[in-house]
Amino acid sequence: MSNEQEIERHTIAVLVANEAGVLARVIGLFSGRGYNIESLTVAETDTTESLSRITIVTSGTKMIVEQIKNQLRRLVPVYKVADLTTDGPHVSRELALVKVAGAGEKRVESLRIADIFRANVIDSTNESFVFEVVGATEKVDAFIKLMEPLGLVDVSRTGVAAIARGANPL
Amino acid sequence: MAQHDTQMTGAEILLKALVDQGVEVIFGYPGGVVLPIYDELFKQNRLRHILVRHEQAAVHAAEGYARSTGKVGCVLVTSGPGATNTITGLTDALMDSVPLVCITGQVPTHLIGNDAFQEADIVGITRPCTKHNYLVKKADDLARTVHEAFHVAKSGRPGPVVVDLPKDVITGRGEYQPPSRMKTKYKPQVKGDLKAIEKAVEMIAAAKRPIFYVGGGVVNSGVAACQLLTQLVRMTGYPCTQTLMGLGAFPASDPLSVGMLGMHGTYEANLAMHGSDLIINVGARFDDRITGRLKDFAPTAKKIHIDIDPSSINKNVMVDHAVVGDAAHILEDMIKVWKAKQCRPHEKALKEWWATIDGWRGRNCLHYENSNKIIKPQYAIQRLYELTKYKNPYITTEVGQHQMWTAQHFKFEQPCHWMTSGGLGTMGYGLPSAMGVQVAHPGALVIDIAGESSIQMNIQEMATLCQHRLPVKVFILNNQYMGMVRQWQELIHGGRYSESHMEHHPDFVKLADAFGAVGLRATKPSEVDDVIKEMISVDRPVIVDVRTDASENCFPMIMPGMAHNEMVLGPEENVHVEPGSDEGGMVLV
Ligand SMILES: Cc1cc2nc3c(=O)[nH]c(=O)nc-3n(C[C@H](O)[C@H](O)[C@H](O)COP(=O)(O)OP(=O)(O)OC[C@H]3O[C@@H](n4cnc5c(N)ncnc54)[C@H](O)[C@@H]3O)c2cc1C
Ligand SMILES: Cc1ncc(C[n+]2csc(CCOP(=O)(O)OP(=O)(O)O)c2C)c(N)n1
Ligand SMILES: [Mg+2]
Repeated sequence: MSNEQEIERHTIAVLVANEAGVLARVIGLFSGRGYNIESLTVAETDTTESLSRITIVTSGTKMIVEQIKNQLRRLVPVYKVADLTTDGPHVSRELALVKVAGAGEKRVESLRIADIFRANVIDSTNESFVFEVVGATEKVDAFIKLMEPLGLVDVSRTGVAAIARGANPL
Repeated sequence: MAQHDTQMTGAEILLKALVDQGVEVIFGYPGGVVLPIYDELFKQNRLRHILVRHEQAAVHAAEGYARSTGKVGCVLVTSGPGATNTITGLTDALMDSVPLVCITGQVPTHLIGNDAFQEADIVGITRPCTKHNYLVKKADDLARTVHEAFHVAKSGRPGPVVVDLPKDVITGRGEYQPPSRMKTKYKPQVKGDLKAIEKAVEMIAAAKRPIFYVGGGVVNSGVAACQLLTQLVRMTGYPCTQTLMGLGAFPASDPLSVGMLGMHGTYEANLAMHGSDLIINVGARFDDRITGRLKDFAPTAKKIHIDIDPSSINKNVMVDHAVVGDAAHILEDMIKVWKAKQCRPHEKALKEWWATIDGWRGRNCLHYENSNKIIKPQYAIQRLYELTKYKNPYITTEVGQHQMWTAQHFKFEQPCHWMTSGGLGTMGYGLPSAMGVQVAHPGALVIDIAGESSIQMNIQEMATLCQHRLPVKVFILNNQYMGMVRQWQELIHGGRYSESHMEHHPDFVKLADAFGAVGLRATKPSEVDDVIKEMISVDRPVIVDVRTDASENCFPMIMPGMAHNEMVLGPEENVHVEPGSDEGGMVLV
């Protein structure tokens, strides 16, 4: 019973027609039915068929996550819904641009940490850096957290992109 | 040059597409941007247009038309206020799975987003209250879009679809595409998985205290599905209960029927659900009005769910086995498998089960104290049933006590003869819906069983009925109250009747007269039969004002927050529930 009530996090890949309003339908479904969106990314991925791929990270009980997938499948311009979390192993990445401003020891420390995280400096001034960090959500979270005491001023994140391991398409 | 010959205006393309989709009737109301369509309508006589008095009524009329015929209902309205007036109707159709196509006008494409005159973002506004919607950007896309709209409306779980047409698309020129050229990726699953069906049949054959729980999905699936269901139920000899939306899917007079379940369902249906070891859900959605307190819903039962919409499965109630697909297809396969496996019900267990159920039936839960002084609403409905059943009437209702009493006391033997607003519970649904039914079945007896409050929500449609000579009968159970609200206030809010009494009502007899219809009234039980007979004999719209007992409550009732086995059977039980007593999970509210 307790298992049924446990909140799980799932990464869901949705293939949709690339037409006006599709994103509004998907987002409206989540807000209208009170589902969580932790991250959502979208871009056209197939120009010949005019398809976009939406990657959604959501959380809920098993029953709710099943509902989310079935509700998504009901939308007319949705062609495919896959639960990457349950369908087998997958990889996921997120990119963040992190602006840190400061001087002296803190500035040096931020560079040192960036090095450990393999983050690149893509802009710098005398009093600031913009780092580009790529990785799993947890890694990006950790990087941002470490930057906080070092003069973190701004963050822009892409949200999660995810794909199944192995040779097969969605 | 040949290219040019095949070009048509958007308005011409639209009407041709509707004709090719088999549309015969449009319920609508004109206005600025759709005038070119009305101009085309004027020039032809294939499509009949019913001019309503309010766009909400056009949608409910199309619902009545659709539900009583199994066809897709069609609506045409103008942009802005015309379109926003359809919202309640569209939401109603979405909740009750009614197939509709609603054509809305829109300001010209170059003005969209400009706050132009009578502009409303109708695709945005209707996104959550339609199955799908379209904004057509060029006349060349129009025919294909209309064909797909009909396909989406009627395929899978039916629902309303909006097609928004900017004025320049209506007046612009484009190519017509016949329905056969439509390509669509929308193809819901119809056939059920055979392995899953076999497993369902095995579970059904092994059950000892089974019950069929039948919903509106069987009616959606069609008359054939209802016949197959009836056949399967009779082959098993198991009890069968119906939801409000499922009434008529299985004949009410069949001894295997235990009536409606849920909040105002019968004692035997609810206790049979509660005590069963197997629930066979065919086309019902475990709505909160039928489950009651979720954690105590059918605690000992395994559950099979047959539904065309995967999102209905495991939504409120976790089931043990599901078969996804169309009810008719699945039932047909189930019967085949049952026969092929030579299944037999567990005879001894079934006999005991029926003995238990008959014990519950013996409580005679729909009993009420009749009177020879004051008209009891249940009595009025029973007399209406007895005196009209030979005509096999179509019944619609408004929302409230009268709706529940009708569900309890009117016996439906066939599908598609019962139209009511179940999911949204829309007061004002019944009269326009009856209008749509009458349009579809010109010679039939069509009755809207109404409350005096609900009827005033779309009373303007009396004029439409008179204009189009649609002899709908409005049978008002006039208790001078929003009875259902008054009942809750009595039982749950300490008898504080806050705003549930309308101090002033129109004189419905004079009102009928003013519209050009016939008005009748009954104030004593002895007058009921006479007004009903007179109502039937008049070949015009009629309003019957039946003055009923204002203090009558609708029982049985599962009080908010309670479970199936905690039904209240009648006023003698002296119920009192604290407001907001909803300890966890979904409850009846
Ligand atoms: C005042 C009031 C009181 C009410 N009290 C009660 C009550 O006591 N009891 C009661 O039952 N209701 C009551 N209702 C109605 C209730 O709110 C719901 O509307 C109703 O219970 C839902 O009926 P249903 O489960 O049959 O589902 P529907 O809304 O009819 O849904 C149909 C289901 O069948 C599926 N389906 C559709 N087409 C097909 C197909 N071709 N094949 C297979 N499946 C298909 C759909 O996906 C859906 O899951 C009341 C309403 C009001 C306004
Ligand atoms: C449009 C709308 N507004 C409000 C309600 C809430 N409501 C449900 S029943 C009811 C009272 C209905 O009164 P009446 O039509 O007289 O029917 P009765 O219950 O008296 O039979 C109300 C206000 C509703 N269902 N629909
Ligand atoms: Mg009333």
